Amino acid sequence: MDDKDLELLRILEENSRLSAQGIGSMINLIPAEVEARIRSLEESRVIRKYTTVINWEKAGNGEVSAIIELKVSPERDFGYDRIAERLSRFRQVRTLRLITGTYDLQVMVTGKNMQEVSRFVSEHVAPMDRIRETATHIVMKSYKENGNTLFEQQETERLPYSF
Amino acid sequence: MRNFVSERALQIPPSGIRKFFDLALTMHDVISLGVGEPDFRTPWNICEAGIYSVEQGATSYTSNRGLQSLRDALAIHLANRYQLRYSADNEMIITSGVSEGLDIAIRAIVNPGDEVLIAEPSYVSYAPCVALAGGIPVPVECTEQDNFRLNPDTLQAKITPKTKALIINFPNNPSGAVMKKEDLEPVADIVTDRDLMLLSDEVYSELTYESPHVAAATVKELWERTITLNGFSKAYAMTGWRVGFLCAPKEICDAALKIHQYVMLCAPVMGQIGALEALRSAEDEKTSMVNEYRLRRNMFVAGLNRIGLSCHVPEGAFYAFPSVKGTGLSDAEFAERLLREQRVAVVPGSVFGAGGEYHLRCAYAVSRKELTEALGRMESFINGL
Repeated sequence: MDDKDLELLRILEENSRLSAQGIGSMINLIPAEVEARIRSLEESRVIRKYTTVINWEKAGNGEVSAIIELKVSPERDFGYDRIAERLSRFRQVRTLRLITGTYDLQVMVTGKNMQEVSRFVSEHVAPMDRIRETATHIVMKSYKENGNTLFEQQETERLPYSF
Repeated sequence: MRNFVSERALQIPPSGIRKFFDLALTMHDVISLGVGEPDFRTPWNICEAGIYSVEQGATSYTSNRGLQSLRDALAIHLANRYQLRYSADNEMIITSGVSEGLDIAIRAIVNPGDEVLIAEPSYVSYAPCVALAGGIPVPVECTEQDNFRLNPDTLQAKITPKTKALIINFPNNPSGAVMKKEDLEPVADIVTDRDLMLLSDEVYSELTYESPHVAAATVKELWERTITLNGFSKAYAMTGWRVGFLCAPKEICDAALKIHQYVMLCAPVMGQIGALEALRSAEDEKTSMVNEYRLRRNMFVAGLNRIGLSCHVPEGAFYAFPSVKGTGLSDAEFAERLLREQRVAVVPGSVFGAGGEYHLRCAYAVSRKELTEALGRMESFINGL
């Protein structure tokens, strides 16, 4: 991992669809080397996957998301890892983090509708051993996802020429 | 009725790009590489600080020198970042952008008939400001062979007994050239030997891509004969906030302050508060903008060379300055036809004075997508010649 790798990752994080040639021209590398570096970052699992930031509200598929906070009794020898890994396996769980504060785990969940999300929480999450308490927050509107604002912003007017 | 317009005002030449400006406004789908300002918005924490200050009623004049808190923070910033040491109390004035700083600096030192050397190509206001002060602007050409750095021999040859000062601007608008310490040293010797004042416009100092900026006043004995001009516009994407600063030894600063108090009174207070926030906590924002400019520069300059417009690698600012010599067109012809035929706006280099002919100033302060599109259009244009 060197500076070029870091630059490469920053570029990919912002737009993973750029060509090797396009990326190469920005960081002064030939396309073959860009490809080789990407391959090695994929193999070492620094790059986990390529994805797309979608404004689902605009796409109008009616999906709902919720943030579920969990109080968990940690296990001897494993702490929170085993329960967190079990939860992670559910398709509905999009993001799962161990956090400080009143709750221990923060789970981002999506479902087709409110019923599906609440059924998932009440039937699958809440009854799990070691989960002591849950708090479910339905997402009403998303303004920013993964560093991308989702609301329309006015174009900044600049003069066509200035010195 | 008499003609009331003063001779000095009449003598100011009309803008070199008025024609292009008017033309571009009538056209659609123009990609403008003609803009000398960042395409980023001001980092939000700076905007918040400005908004909050207005809500809190900070809407009055500040002291002529500018807010004490801003000058204190600036003195520390300049010392840490550039090893530039100026007293916040009497060697610093917060100005309404570098434009005002330049004007009052020139007026503070120029007597009628004094010659002022200007390293060109350069920003367009230097010569008119010298003329308005009654001085005589004298261009010193920086050539492509020198990568647009100021050549000490060329400088030496332009000095006469009437020469009072030298104005330089590195990182340079329009060429993107920078002067490293070893480039500034021989200039420092000449300026000192010939007893000149140096005005150093360093507004692009944060935008360097290969090595950190060297402030002219830190080189050799230059401090005591340098007026350092800088501002927040380019580094923090704050052009519209109008905040710059002038730093100079006390006697010079006092003279400039006398002019500043009558022509400007003070820089806008909300701008000054925004600038203070910029110094306090916009370092990461600035770094990410600089990183983005570097990526754009690399791809754009490589692209220009690929399509046949030879271009030195600009080490600072956000301008590429390619040559059009190989095309058989003058820079003005190239720029006008490129705008009409391919809807790409660039500024002809001759507008920036000596050394600019046969070059184009292309600002890469636009998105990568637009840069790619602009390169494609420029390539089509060249292939059609």
